[in-house]
Amino acid sequence: MMVEKTPILDTFTYAALVLGIVVVGFPIFYAIIAATLPIEEVSRVPMPMVPGDQLFDNIGEAWRRGDLGTQLFNSFIMAGGITLGKIVVSLFGAFSIVYFDYRLRTIAFATVFCTLMLPIEVRILPTYEMAANIFGPLQSVWDALGLDGLIGWFAGHDIHVTLDYSLLDSYAGLILPLTASATCTFLFRQFFLTIPEELCEAAKMDGASPMTFFWKILVPLSKTNIAALVVIEFVYGWNQYLWPLLITTDPKMTTAVIGLKHLLPSPDDPPDWHIAMAGALLVVLPPVLVVLSMQRWFVKGLVEREK
Amino acid sequence: MLKKRSYFKKRTLPYLLILPQLLITAAFFYWPALQGLVASFQLSDPFGFRTRFVWFDNFITLFQDPLYLKSFLITLVFSGSVAAVSICFGLFLATMANRALRMTAVTRTLLIWPYAIAPAISGVLWLFLMHPSYGVIAIAFKRWFGLDWNPLLESSDAMLLIVLASSWKNISYNFVFFLAGLQAVPRSLIEAAAMDGAGPFRRFWTITFPLLSPTLFFVTVMTIIFSFFESFGIIHTVTQGGPGGSTNILVYKVYQDGFIGLNLGSSSAQSIVLMALIILITVLQFKYVERKVQYTG
Repeated sequence: MMVEKTPILDTFTYAALVLGIVVVGFPIFYAIIAATLPIEEVSRVPMPMVPGDQLFDNIGEAWRRGDLGTQLFNSFIMAGGITLGKIVVSLFGAFSIVYFDYRLRTIAFATVFCTLMLPIEVRILPTYEMAANIFGPLQSVWDALGLDGLIGWFAGHDIHVTLDYSLLDSYAGLILPLTASATCTFLFRQFFLTIPEELCEAAKMDGASPMTFFWKILVPLSKTNIAALVVIEFVYGWNQYLWPLLITTDPKMTTAVIGLKHLLPSPDDPPDWHIAMAGALLVVLPPVLVVLSMQRWFVKGLVEREK
Repeated sequence: MLKKRSYFKKRTLPYLLILPQLLITAAFFYWPALQGLVASFQLSDPFGFRTRFVWFDNFITLFQDPLYLKSFLITLVFSGSVAAVSICFGLFLATMANRALRMTAVTRTLLIWPYAIAPAISGVLWLFLMHPSYGVIAIAFKRWFGLDWNPLLESSDAMLLIVLASSWKNISYNFVFFLAGLQAVPRSLIEAAAMDGAGPFRRFWTITFPLLSPTLFFVTVMTIIFSFFESFGIIHTVTQGGPGGSTNILVYKVYQDGFIGLNLGSSSAQSIVLMALIILITVLQFKYVERKVQYTG
């Protein structure tokens, strides 16, 4: 906001901004240059700052060596699944909390809300165990009730029932545990509360069922919020690290962000930094494109999630 | 709690609608958290044959373990530095962008994209920039200042590397919030102060900055949460906690002790400590937000 004329300060402002943009952009600029160079150039000290012509060769090499085709596909499935899952689950949840009156409403909301305090990082092992066998808790109940004995008595011989279903190395395992979202539910709830009462009244008078009201009125009204969350959750899903690291052991099921580590040259290898950087560029491209192309909704969504 | 005055009267539908959310939270949040809590009071032998209930022994051992205390200290230094660097830069750039009226939108586009980059990849980019033999920054350090830079061997160099990688990734997030906060400062206040003869610096420190304090608080909390938890990817790709445990922050230690070392009791106790920390942070945040609401009416 410029109220008076301050030429010196203005010059400083623009100079500082340009410098800031250059400094913030430098790591990616440097990576782009490295990704276009052959190995002799990349390992020269210092590395030349003029782009070479090897970009596509390096990308091809990174693609082949890191099996990026499979991993980028996995990343797309995971990020897309998490985005869709979070938004659908949260829309339903917020609709239930705001537009119905039932006994457990407050408890349901508190239950969802308190997950804010339980990020995956504080429950690494038990969540892994849960994913390794999602019927684990049921098995404990089963054993505690002694149902084996009961069935055995009916059948006339000893029976042991094992409830076992693993989500390890599966898309469901990558996606499902990350689809509950306190922040999304909260955002939709806040938004629903600002919608005029008359809309619901009118819909009821016209004899619309709750689900008709939801699909025909609420969802279209939430379009901007949904767009904002698509950007934020896609980036969130794409950039997940700890969870895919835990539950995928098969390189065919891992995501691109994790797989990139295998392109890093170790001290004994030839210094293939040009390949690593080419790979890194490929992996950051989808989320960066999403953020830049949907910038307006993204900024709005990010700032509104705070409220 | 707020609800609509006009609502639908259905008995089972609301339960069906909230059910997916509740099932997922129960299965992947509450049940594991409960299991973790139980495990933190137990001691198992390495093969998992026998488990004993040991009350607070795991916690007592933990807080007597110099390695854990060191990890605590490292985490504080790390998150403090990340917060200082990324908040100062974010606030500075946002203030500049807000002054440069004609360039605000362009600047925003040019500064927000690091948000989209995964922490792990930010780590990879900075590892290359500061690589002792090939990195341009490392070479510049060596040539200009005669510093023998090696983040792969030297503790403080490794710490600086992960601080820079984390701060860089976080600047754009802070920038977006500060810019939004700055744009919400009423223009009339600034103009009134200008008329009273306050220069741009005075206006910033006496009007803009105090009005930004809720944003500053929020951004600080989010940056600390980020550096406590999401920086895991950076540590895992760049330093793996080394050299000599000098970048072994709490989250990475939980992973190493539990998932790699299979020390269930200790790892669970560490998880519970982290859980307590984040509950504390969240409660503090909501207390503060509550006050802010009263403040503005």
